[in-house]
Amino acid sequence: MPRLGELARHGGLLLTTAFALIPFIWMLSLSLKPQAEIFQPAFHLWPQSFHGFENYRIALTSAPMLRFLLNGLFVCATIFLLQMLVCVPCAYALAKLRFRGRDTLFSAVLVGLLVPPQALAIPHFVLLHVFGLLDTYAALILPWTISTLGIFLMRQFFRAVPDELIDAARLDGLGEFEIIWRVMLPVAVPALAAFGIFSVVAHWNDLFWPLIAVRSEELSTPALGILLFRDDEAGQLMGPLMAGSVIIVAPLILAFLFAQQRFIDGISFTANN
Amino acid sequence: MTLHVSADLAPTGALTPSIAARRRRERGTAWLAITPALGLLSLLLFGPVLAVMLFSLTDWQIGSSTFHFLGLDNYRALLSDALFWKTLSNTGLYVVLVVPGTVLLGLVVALLIEARPGLRSFYRAAHFLPVMSTMAAMAIVWGAMLHPTIGLVNRLLAEFGIIGVNWLRDERTVLPALAVIGIWQNFGFAMVLFVAGLKSIPRSLYDAADIDGADGMLERLRTVTLPMLGPATMFVVILTATRAFEVFDTVRVLTQGGPNFASDVLLHRLYTESFDFLRTGYGAALTVVYLAIVMLLTLVQARVLDRRVHYS
Repeated sequence: MPRLGELARHGGLLLTTAFALIPFIWMLSLSLKPQAEIFQPAFHLWPQSFHGFENYRIALTSAPMLRFLLNGLFVCATIFLLQMLVCVPCAYALAKLRFRGRDTLFSAVLVGLLVPPQALAIPHFVLLHVFGLLDTYAALILPWTISTLGIFLMRQFFRAVPDELIDAARLDGLGEFEIIWRVMLPVAVPALAAFGIFSVVAHWNDLFWPLIAVRSEELSTPALGILLFRDDEAGQLMGPLMAGSVIIVAPLILAFLFAQQRFIDGISFTANN
Repeated sequence: MTLHVSADLAPTGALTPSIAARRRRERGTAWLAITPALGLLSLLLFGPVLAVMLFSLTDWQIGSSTFHFLGLDNYRALLSDALFWKTLSNTGLYVVLVVPGTVLLGLVVALLIEARPGLRSFYRAAHFLPVMSTMAAMAIVWGAMLHPTIGLVNRLLAEFGIIGVNWLRDERTVLPALAVIGIWQNFGFAMVLFVAGLKSIPRSLYDAADIDGADGMLERLRTVTLPMLGPATMFVVILTATRAFEVFDTVRVLTQGGPNFASDVLLHRLYTESFDFLRTGYGAALTVVYLAIVMLLTLVQARVLDRRVHYS
């Protein structure tokens, strides 16, 4: 009965796929329609009168949509870069070097893993307020420069690297920090990629912290930007609002479709550790 | 944590000078390597956790130059605040609605996807799409879908002659509606974790089941697959509960906790008290409660993970 099983499988998955994808289809459909047609009793998936150019033009011009995306890119890239600079040496020391206090530090990292980032919002806000950094790029970036998850994951990975590799590098006369950046880092690319994806996705999609840290439109990240656009005059219109949503959601979705396996591994790898 | 007595605590006389020098260099390198992380950990993680606890004992407000020590007054106020309990029960209800839906749907999809090779990667990508999407924007889209007159949901219901309500403006339906969005957001994640669990089940168990005559689809599911997925299921349940517990975006975008606080959840209350009303002390007390619950969930998860190691 393989035929019947196959049919049932596709039937079931068609339903769940529809549940997963319908919001995206609905968003695209509405983003191509004029306001009047959206409010008609009859519904057509493809617009009767195509209004796509107009909607996307309004979305792109009445709010700095592309700037939101660039802000997101800049903030996420900077966060990840700084996380790497801080985490990798620390993870290497925890994995491969002997020093007093190593176990204590590692315990501290494990305890840090338990703390949800939202719980730090008030002190982070106070800290940035004291230094006069609220409503700057620094406010979006600085609180996330340390990642206990990053330290933990990289340490796990470095422990699996054979000591012989490091000893050989030492014999070649490389200094310890040269070893970190020129020997360990290239080996750790898969782990870094997984953590990088996790980090970028988390901060790109984050709404909670940007809502607290910045007020200015020109500093807004994608998630915050779409909210500002909705409260705009142009955002009151359904078509442009949906067009704006498409613009905000598209980059990450496209990146995911290009490197599906990498993304799925990255997100679940961090969950599994 | 086991403490290893490291070799450098041995009397150094036992070491040749060159090794001793190398040890010293190693220690120096290590300290250099961990200093930035150590500094930032103190400044951005452990310092703030202590600060929140301290704030919660005072009436200090951001920006003010004076404060009074209140002891546990903020917590007393919290516990006698009906709104806090409503927030807590809303959050609990949301979690209770989202977790079973997400886990069941994720499991069924994972089983169906892995049953045969046809279109496998397409299905996996399609179901994972919501996990990758920017929730603030997709919440706006869900808002449009749940619109009382032009929304997809009520249009579909109208086809069957059912008159739908204004889902997000009705006290009875707002939380279930948000829970459906929560399931939509998370079930692809549960699916991926279940697929990993399915892949780790040894083939030999199925062969053994075949020999025992348990060769039907459902038989194999009952005797091998589901029992072997036990630990993975535990893990998915806790992870989903943690994610559901942290719900904020959809509430902030769609309901601001309304109508009449029917959808006010813990994290949204925390945000409102701390950053809209600037009641820092009270917000800090809420934060401590939130922190305690999340840490508890994560610890349970760590225990489950420890157990999981013995299965694999």
